[in-house]
Amino acid sequence: MTLTKAELADLLFEKVGLNKREAKDMVEAFFDEIRAALEAGNTVKLSGFGIFQLRDKPQRPGRNPKTGEEIPITARRVVTFHASQKLKAAVEQLGPPAIEE
Amino acid sequence: MTKSELIERLAERFPQLVAKDAEFAVKMILDAMSGALSSGDRIEIRGFGSFALSYRPPRMGRNPKSGEKVRVPEKYVPHFKAGKELRERVDQLLP
Repeated sequence: MTLTKAELADLLFEKVGLNKREAKDMVEAFFDEIRAALEAGNTVKLSGFGIFQLRDKPQRPGRNPKTGEEIPITARRVVTFHASQKLKAAVEQLGPPAIEE
Repeated sequence: MTKSELIERLAERFPQLVAKDAEFAVKMILDAMSGALSSGDRIEIRGFGSFALSYRPPRMGRNPKSGEKVRVPEKYVPHFKAGKELRERVDQLLP
């Protein structure tokens, strides 16, 4: 099973009582606001869930794995996510059979 | 940006809703996301990214205080991979 925006919207429709349109828009707006904050260079802290942070990576040497040719990997800014203690603890309890690869 | 700031912004974007609805919606979304990961499910949000679990095999560790060897059991840790749109939008900002 995979959780997607459609399931989240259904949940807001059923549990929060938003209409279908609002539920869909709310889910879209939720991720849009997080994206906008990150795009503006801000950290996003969602207590109980985790933190989205930005990291600036310097240029580093890379290689085309097919040709073996050396190409520099350009400097970039990337998003990293750190799960909260609460989420980590909840996930750690999973036994191996809980996941089918 | 914190959770309460996110709730405020959403409340502003949905003036037809009562402020409590935005708060409830944010909590529901985060609970559903935590719940999915805690039951071993993935999360895929197009344009934003995906959350999955990474397996960490059992290993021998050391108690840093006593130096004693301890077995660290296997576990799963949440992992986020930014989607294409988020990756590109965030990267544009570099000077």
